[in-house]
Amino acid sequence: MTDLKRTCLHELHLSLGAKMVPFAGYEMPVQYPMGVMGEHLHTRAQAGLFDVSHMGQVILGARGAAEALEALVPVDVQGLAEGRQRYGFFTTEAGGILDDLMIANRGDHLFLVVNAACKAEDLAHLEAHLQGVEAVMHRALLALQGPAAARALARLVPGVADMRFMDVSTFAWGDVDLWVSRSGYTGEDGFEISLPEHRAEDFARALLEMDEVAPIGLGARDSLRLEAGLCLYGHDIDTDTSPVEAGLNWAIQKVRRRGGAREGGFPGAGRILRELTDGPSRLRVGLRPEGRAPMREGVALFDAEDADTPVGAVTSGAFGPTIGAPMSMGYLPAAKAAPGTRIWGAVRGKRLPAQVVSLPFRPSTYHK
Amino acid sequence: MKFTEEHEWLRIEDDLVIVGITEHAAEQLGDVVFVELPEIETQVVKGDEISVIESVKAASDILAPVDGEIVAVNEALVDNPSLINEDPLGEGWFFKMQIADMSVLDEFMSEDEYKDFIA
Repeated sequence: MTDLKRTCLHELHLSLGAKMVPFAGYEMPVQYPMGVMGEHLHTRAQAGLFDVSHMGQVILGARGAAEALEALVPVDVQGLAEGRQRYGFFTTEAGGILDDLMIANRGDHLFLVVNAACKAEDLAHLEAHLQGVEAVMHRALLALQGPAAARALARLVPGVADMRFMDVSTFAWGDVDLWVSRSGYTGEDGFEISLPEHRAEDFARALLEMDEVAPIGLGARDSLRLEAGLCLYGHDIDTDTSPVEAGLNWAIQKVRRRGGAREGGFPGAGRILRELTDGPSRLRVGLRPEGRAPMREGVALFDAEDADTPVGAVTSGAFGPTIGAPMSMGYLPAAKAAPGTRIWGAVRGKRLPAQVVSLPFRPSTYHK
Repeated sequence: MKFTEEHEWLRIEDDLVIVGITEHAAEQLGDVVFVELPEIETQVVKGDEISVIESVKAASDILAPVDGEIVAVNEALVDNPSLINEDPLGEGWFFKMQIADMSVLDEFMSEDEYKDFIA
């Protein structure tokens, strides 16, 4: 694994017995000795600790940053209250998605978290359009997820108990500051914590010493987010998918839509606003295969068992440990995207039936 | 017990050969979530992809280790694929084959040779 970057928790991962794999230019833990299935179920039952330090952390510190950022995202950033966070995405001129991200209002600046694989492009994109763009260096990013996450984290940082889903705040832990949000990528209650690299291992070890907390790798992170119906950039969403096709309408607030006070004004607004009104031609759907065989990314989808031409494809697929069944997401023509529609996936030369279902596969348990 | 380079084990029981995957293979695959078994009474040729195993990570083919006829399959795996992780050399067996000449098994590795192979 030459030329791969390492996070500041690399030694910790090795000492915990992680299996390391290349991911988005980093050497990352895909699983620990507990295994993907065990780690997934542990996170749902207790609390899982994830190293997501490979993700990009960006500060927008200039005055007027919220207004300027609105030129790149179809999100109500100016209306985002201090101490709150919102999901959003950078759009392309053609109405596709360049990356998805979290936007937090931390008082005198906006704090963004972007995908590892896109962070260089995202920074260049931001710098081309905004003043005061600062890539945050030397800060790790951890996620603590699961029903016991709040209890565990509150032992180190009592103040987090008062946070609600998508709140952001700063807390002291010893001599360092923690930038905490009550959010995550598993469908569970939980937190994402940015902290200085030189204290990250101590902080992670303090959490891992607790009975509830186990280290979780990228393998379980993927099955957890898929059960929660959350998109993975580069798979379920990309420059070819519009936010409306992806079913992310909820992230485009009224003020940025047709008739809103700050209607449009972001790349691809023409297509995206039209699709919001008229509906898109295709939609991201959940699929539950009727058998036990998972339908993985790339499986062609057909509207009849003997149809010649595919009507869509799977973009993510795996076995869902919590639901105890295979699950997939993919795109289908809008007319075939209603829950209950029967679809066939081509798996190893066979046409296997699946039902379109509403997402998420497993209800989320955010602390709202 | 004999071992193949495809990480399958073969064990002679009465006049049949029982086939499964090794502990090493099961560990590498991770948690198995789906198994597709061959049809009983199928004539297979060595190297045929006759069975599919899917773990949380990926799908893999199970190859026919020798020429012969599939005479039994482990139906318990269909509902409980985790048997392959829990007991790959026992309860996690895949299928039983009738083969014409047991001497073809001589070409495969012994347990010690297999241990060296995966080392």
